[in-house]
Amino acid sequence: MTDLSTRPASTRDWLLSDAPSTRRQARLGALYQGWLTFRANTLAMVGLVILIGLVLMAIFAPWLSPYDPVAQNLGDRLMPPSGAHWLGTDALGRDILSRIIWGSRVTLFIVGTVALISPILGLLIGTVAGFAGGWVDQVLMRITDIFLAFPKLILALALVAALGPGIFNAVLALAITGWPPYARLSRAETLAVRHADYIAAARLQGAGPARLLVGHVWPMCVSSLIVRVALDMAGIILSAAGLGFLGLGAQPPLAEWGAMISDGRTYILDHWWVAAMPGLAIFIVSLAFNLLGDGLRDVLDPKGAKE
Amino acid sequence: MTRTAPTGGQALPPAGAAPVPALPPAPGSGRLAATGRRARALGGILLSLALTLLGLLLVTFIIGRVMPIDPVLKVVGERATPEQYEAARQAMGLDQPLAVQFLTYIGDVLRGDFGRSISTGHPVAEDLRRVFPATLELAAMGTLIGVLAGVPLGVVAAARRGGWVDQIARVAALVGYSMPIFWLGLMGLLVFYGILGWVGGPGRQDILYDGMVPEVTRLLLIDSALAGDWGAFRDAFGHIILPASLLGYFSLAYISRMTRSFMLEQLSAEYITTARVKGLSEGRVVWGHAFRNIAVPLVTVIALSFGSLLEGSVLTEIIFSWPGIGSYITKTLLAGDMNAVLGGTIVVGVCFIGLNVLSDLLYRFLDPRAA
Repeated sequence: MTDLSTRPASTRDWLLSDAPSTRRQARLGALYQGWLTFRANTLAMVGLVILIGLVLMAIFAPWLSPYDPVAQNLGDRLMPPSGAHWLGTDALGRDILSRIIWGSRVTLFIVGTVALISPILGLLIGTVAGFAGGWVDQVLMRITDIFLAFPKLILALALVAALGPGIFNAVLALAITGWPPYARLSRAETLAVRHADYIAAARLQGAGPARLLVGHVWPMCVSSLIVRVALDMAGIILSAAGLGFLGLGAQPPLAEWGAMISDGRTYILDHWWVAAMPGLAIFIVSLAFNLLGDGLRDVLDPKGAKE
Repeated sequence: MTRTAPTGGQALPPAGAAPVPALPPAPGSGRLAATGRRARALGGILLSLALTLLGLLLVTFIIGRVMPIDPVLKVVGERATPEQYEAARQAMGLDQPLAVQFLTYIGDVLRGDFGRSISTGHPVAEDLRRVFPATLELAAMGTLIGVLAGVPLGVVAAARRGGWVDQIARVAALVGYSMPIFWLGLMGLLVFYGILGWVGGPGRQDILYDGMVPEVTRLLLIDSALAGDWGAFRDAFGHIILPASLLGYFSLAYISRMTRSFMLEQLSAEYITTARVKGLSEGRVVWGHAFRNIAVPLVTVIALSFGSLLEGSVLTEIIFSWPGIGSYITKTLLAGDMNAVLGGTIVVGVCFIGLNVLSDLLYRFLDPRAA
């Protein structure tokens, strides 16, 4: 037999091969399978496209925005949507479209950092609790339960009140109130694999607890954490916008969608677009995250998929 | 709100504040053993309740301490001499070790003393007694609307799975999970008040009726009905209906999804097949058999949803200038009035935690299988 006959005809066949010959092929194959499942979900693809658009918008904000987002032009204040200002202008004559485009940077920054800090904190606490067991587990889980029982938004409000308003403190407050569900989830995953044979084998090879945790337990938690994070993203956006609306998030003149709604509140009855447009942006982005999250759940967590 | 809970879309808490580990079936499971198990479960729940409340106090205490504003300076002013400053510090107990300060703090809170608000000048507890009924009334109306609309929606969605009602319920929930509540409130105000004029504007009532109804429960709808003042009742109703429907929508998104999944579980059980084989009508199968069996988990979901509406009303209250605890917290917060903020946080936290525990208890004691 020649080499040619065993070589797959195309990249696609290579990826979908039943008998991967290398680890890399197996991994890439699994990824590709997941992508195929995900791609079949139209709504999830819509979500993905919207979010890619959002990221591009944030990256290319200086080139995309027709006006300077902070430049005031009192002669053009509260203009309705028109050819010159597609989404109208606000009370200081600033172009709303430009502010929404620049505001996507703030939104992505907050969501990105919170969605990074909370799960990592939760992963650390949850896996240590599950892996150590005994009193460590008891204490850590008791703390988690206490935090889980708190009203999150009120706690975040009180935290920002104490730390002072600002974008970093808003991120901190959301991260501090957001980690407990991830800790619960990671602990459950850890308990499931804690006594697995492969862990015992690694232990016999002389792996210490830190290495077992990082190299052998964490990878098992990642996919369910990703699903959970994706589903939580919309909630983070809404909370962040809520803090911004209360004047506790990003401070002026930085364009933040929640704060923009708050600016437009005064003019709601006569100049509806000032508040309506940024709200629509928040809605579209969080809807996209929800759609993406549902799609990811179908791929990464078939057990928890739709009833 | 929910996976996104009614806080304008944040995640609803998982059922049960602090679940107690499931108890193994006792060997001689007689009546006595069952009672013993329940007593132990109750003890466990109460213990975790106490710990959680202690945790709440500890967190608010710590938040009060990390505040960058020096509370002493706020009392004595910037031009105080070091001696005056020191005297005030001692009078406020701030020279004591942190542990002692914390114990004093717990004692104060247990006696209902949250200190004095610097922005209103009243004791915080008095302020809270004044604003809390407004929030309670709003959240209760919201939950009522959420239940009345969400439960039937969920049941029908499950009974006709994949049908148009199911699709509508799915979209309604998805939109509810993605919508900023304060924005929807503004748009509602614009459409129903500004354009259509169907509802009363911001606030709880028109100035015309302010102070006209004798305060009994401080819930305006009930008070005005008790006084037989139907003009005031209609006015109060016109003001509450829009914010309550808004909260109700977020509660509906959650309740209908939960009802649907409870019902699907029941409808796939064998007793349902038996009932159908017996020739019962579909209505009796769904409402008479399956629905009766989801009553208990449903009650716990409703309690949870009520708790998150209490919290979630913060943003809604601001939009509608509703004089409740959410408006109070945010107003005092912007003034740096930490006593008021923390007092409000504790009250909302205690209600929220209490409702979580209540839903857990209801589940354990109403459902014979859970004991």
